[in-house]
Amino acid sequence: MKDKAQKRAWAFIVPGVILIVVFVFYPMIQAFVTSFQTGIGANLKFDGIANYKRLLTDGTFKKALFNTFIFLVVQVPIMIILALIISSMLNDSRLKFKGLFRTAIFLPCVTSLVSYSIIFKSLFATDGFINVLLMKLNIINSPVTWVTDPFWAKVLIIIAITWRWTGYNMVFYLAGLQGIDKSIYEAADLDGVNAFQKFRYITMPLLKPIILFTTINSTIGTLQLFDEPMNITNGGPANSTITISMYIYNLLFKYQPNFGYAAAVSYVIVVLIVILSIIQLKAGEDKDGE
Amino acid sequence: MGNKAARFFMYLFLTIASFISVFPLLWMIIASTNRSVDVTKGTLIPGSYFMENLNSVLSSNLGYINAFKNSLFVAVVTTALAMLVSSAAGYAFGIYKSRLKNMTFSFILLSMMVPFAALMVPLFRLFSKFSSIPGLNFIALNTHGSVIIIAVATAFLIFFFRQNTAMFPKDLIEAAGLDGLSEYGIFFRIYMPSMKSTYAAAVVVTFMSSWNNYLWPLIALQSEEKRTLPLIISAMGSSYTPDYGMIMTAIVISTLPTALIFFFMQKQFVAGMTGSVKG
Repeated sequence: MKDKAQKRAWAFIVPGVILIVVFVFYPMIQAFVTSFQTGIGANLKFDGIANYKRLLTDGTFKKALFNTFIFLVVQVPIMIILALIISSMLNDSRLKFKGLFRTAIFLPCVTSLVSYSIIFKSLFATDGFINVLLMKLNIINSPVTWVTDPFWAKVLIIIAITWRWTGYNMVFYLAGLQGIDKSIYEAADLDGVNAFQKFRYITMPLLKPIILFTTINSTIGTLQLFDEPMNITNGGPANSTITISMYIYNLLFKYQPNFGYAAAVSYVIVVLIVILSIIQLKAGEDKDGE
Repeated sequence: MGNKAARFFMYLFLTIASFISVFPLLWMIIASTNRSVDVTKGTLIPGSYFMENLNSVLSSNLGYINAFKNSLFVAVVTTALAMLVSSAAGYAFGIYKSRLKNMTFSFILLSMMVPFAALMVPLFRLFSKFSSIPGLNFIALNTHGSVIIIAVATAFLIFFFRQNTAMFPKDLIEAAGLDGLSEYGIFFRIYMPSMKSTYAAAVVVTFMSSWNNYLWPLIALQSEEKRTLPLIISAMGSSYTPDYGMIMTAIVISTLPTALIFFFMQKQFVAGMTGSVKG
């Protein structure tokens, strides 16, 4: 009787498994095969590692890779640190208006990535609100060309992503902080430990698994960055904000579709995600040994 | 004394952070009530142009109402099917455990590592074949089915339901079995009703990600009458002469459903995001 129930339970599992195999695993294998083929449209021929060789000499690809890395190494740490500071402040038991602050900082999560990108694009337009404000405050003399300057366009993308995702990460840390016994902080208070020391020696180590999780999460997200550069800067100016995902999209739809080469670029993201995740997991372990 | 300064700094910091978080949304709402010229000038005073802007949104040749309907259809069907398929798998993985099932589950979890960016190419090619296969027309490129089908079973949802099944009292199943209920009966009549908070969290997260989905619909839905809201809003934003009053109105309306969910179901939203429901 129990054995039969065990077997019949497969009926609940099979539909989901089939869908995941067909729409995730099979395409991944397919893409791997395609990445060794060249040709235009559906006319593909096996061509060894030609696509991967091409990557090495492709200026646009290098630019996309470079931009993605800039976004990764600048934006992710800023956001994680901000989220950590805010969440440890919100975890203070004597803080007033806690719910109000939390809801406000979490609020950017209601917007879709496309919507907030357009909002930021208009706020940061050359004749837009932010420039008007900065000029009124006499911080700048002439408008900053946020969208059309290669440097400021990157800064704008970083500001935008940080705005959208800091509250999201904060929620994970708040959930983690609730699990920390308050008496640890009270004991620290009695010992005259200051706020920074509490943050460094109690909060950070105890939150480490969650910090690791959110860092890996953000890394994976950043490596796939698409909606924001597509809608704020359209990858420009002169590809200075193009990302790997955008480049794959362009290879498929902007130029003559080159499935083989696009698949090879895709696999660069896969390999990067695997490598960076392993590095981060290892780094997490190392600090344990300290 | 140092403590007082520290507290002042803390309130100041949180107030500024809150203000920066809320301001762009407040600005969007104010912009939706003003003419485009005033929006670019940077006005912060609510105007009286909301109805005019709304009219431009509804009468624009991009088909906003149609896109709203499309988004609603896709998000509702995706959520309903995802709840059925993914929760069924999570239920069976969590309750009828066996070696082979555990291995299958680990295998499914691997799919979480696969970035969508890497699936863009093969999925586009796969779906473009469906139109020539009889019986698979409904999920071919340029159908809403193509957007729905890939979001019905996700490793995250299956994982989410399996984890939360731990809260489900197993003796209920034994008792139901004695009463002659089949596994299906147990799933629909006992599991589903008793896991309401888990389902609520899963519904919120699934609906929101479907409502906001951009990249795959951009690839799969090429014809205008099939487009969903993010595609329309993106098209409005990339226009050479953007009417910001109108665009902000379009964004305000498209954000309403998720804003309602956010304010009334924040607890479920957080639970779904962080993957844990506390009873």
